[in-house]
Amino acid sequence: MDSSGRFVARHVATLPKSGIRDFFAIVSKMKDAVSLGIGEPDFVTPYHIREAAISSLEKGRTSYTDNRGTQQFREEISRYVAKNYGPEYDPETEILGTIGVSEALDILLRATLNPGDKVLYHEPCYVSYAPSVTLCHAEAIPIRTVSADQFALDPAALRAAWQPGCKLLVLNFPTNPTGGTADRAKLEAIAKFAIEKDLLVASDEIYSELTFEGDHVSIASLPGMRERTVFLHGFSKAFAMTGFRIGYACGPAAVIDGMLKVHQYGIMCAPIMSQEAAVEALRNGRDSMLHMRDKYRERRDFIVRRFNELGLRCHLPRGAFYAFPDITSTGMDSMTFAQKLLEQQKVAMVPGTAFGAAGAGFCRASFSTSYEKIHEAGERIARFLDTIPRR
Amino acid sequence: MNSVLKLILDGEALDTAQIGKILGLGAEAVDRELAALRKQGVLLGMRPVLNPSYESEHRVRAVIEIKIRTEGVGGFDGIAERISSFEQVESCYLMSGGYDLLVVVTADNLYKVAGFVHERLARIDGVQGTSTHFFLRAYKKDGFIVNAEGSRRDQPSVSP
Repeated sequence: MDSSGRFVARHVATLPKSGIRDFFAIVSKMKDAVSLGIGEPDFVTPYHIREAAISSLEKGRTSYTDNRGTQQFREEISRYVAKNYGPEYDPETEILGTIGVSEALDILLRATLNPGDKVLYHEPCYVSYAPSVTLCHAEAIPIRTVSADQFALDPAALRAAWQPGCKLLVLNFPTNPTGGTADRAKLEAIAKFAIEKDLLVASDEIYSELTFEGDHVSIASLPGMRERTVFLHGFSKAFAMTGFRIGYACGPAAVIDGMLKVHQYGIMCAPIMSQEAAVEALRNGRDSMLHMRDKYRERRDFIVRRFNELGLRCHLPRGAFYAFPDITSTGMDSMTFAQKLLEQQKVAMVPGTAFGAAGAGFCRASFSTSYEKIHEAGERIARFLDTIPRR
Repeated sequence: MNSVLKLILDGEALDTAQIGKILGLGAEAVDRELAALRKQGVLLGMRPVLNPSYESEHRVRAVIEIKIRTEGVGGFDGIAERISSFEQVESCYLMSGGYDLLVVVTADNLYKVAGFVHERLARIDGVQGTSTHFFLRAYKKDGFIVNAEGSRRDQPSVSP
């Protein structure tokens, strides 16, 4: 019998596994399942970007790089961020290349949190935020966002959730899993509050290029925010580069320097071929990105209309590639709905509760998949709904 | 671009009812759109894209470069239209460069292609010379990678 569990740290042993993993285990064994559960682009990385990685390998560029990433990589990031988001960052001291936003957020938490510090974040949200905070022996404090508000963060809810000891606010707009965005007015109110309470802000803007309505505004561009915001971004979503595992953080020098310490001991550097592919994406990836964004928007319009036709109320997500329909009219909770739908019609959607308690009553459906699959999923969901009494 | 056209060009296997549902139009409206596109000469037709390895058990395909002389025979168009009218000819293009027409033909076997070249093409007034190349193996056809199996096989079916 394996008794090695006694070696596992208490805060890790008590950490729940991601609810998504259980689903993945079931779906992966199921034949003919239609999955709306895939949280990554269904496009292959654009050819010219893959070519840059191949060329890097052909030239024998297989070494470590500077811990922060190559000079060229950081300079391109600096240009891209200034052009598209506003703030200017010094490639020498204010930019750090990472293994995706996942690492960037992890090392930001580890570099800034003392045990017992409190972190505010809006829910439903990406699965790693609260566990990553817990792993730093800090306390994660969720702020509920709601469908009526298109899952934008209400500044009043932020104020109500705040308590002494809060040090950091994590934002993610557009949001996985809701597609929620925050307009300039909301962000200004949030910024004002962050300044008032002296909060550091971690802004995960991984889906920012995939904004379908209105312009994306980065909180880092608002007055007084550059010095208290760490802008986190990567290439996985906009440029369909999930497998490259490449991202970056931009922020005030002292915080980036702290992150660099954690990064250099834990990671050393991001893979050089991924950095070189990322440089190509920053320089020449815009057309490919816009093409993919248009495809996502078309699929979004279809899937949202379909859910509403089926009587599963669904707001129009303004960004990212997830629909987040309300399934409460079925009388089931999110997990029951997702499990029964999977068992009876072999359609995989992720229960909203996998993204926090505020996701109760919803399921996430990725529209980063083909029309054929979305159409087929719609037919199967219709059949499933026919079998249950509706409220 | 016309939304129906855009969707069929994406290459997904969708019937008109599915296209109608996706675009919120209804199947009849899609049929009307398609009919209008045909009438305008935008849409010439729709055919399945077959895997060439299946096709090659029954057919051979060749590309023929043709040099032509235009004096006294009605110019390029006259000859190109004449060549296009043969049923063996799948496509026919006027080209820049070292030859004038590029013709793709299919036939039951190699001998039938050879017969087509010397009994039909070579006899057309104005055809000065031909160069025939047979297709050996296809790697990509009409935008589809022929052996695309497994390119995403490690992608998890559910991910955060």
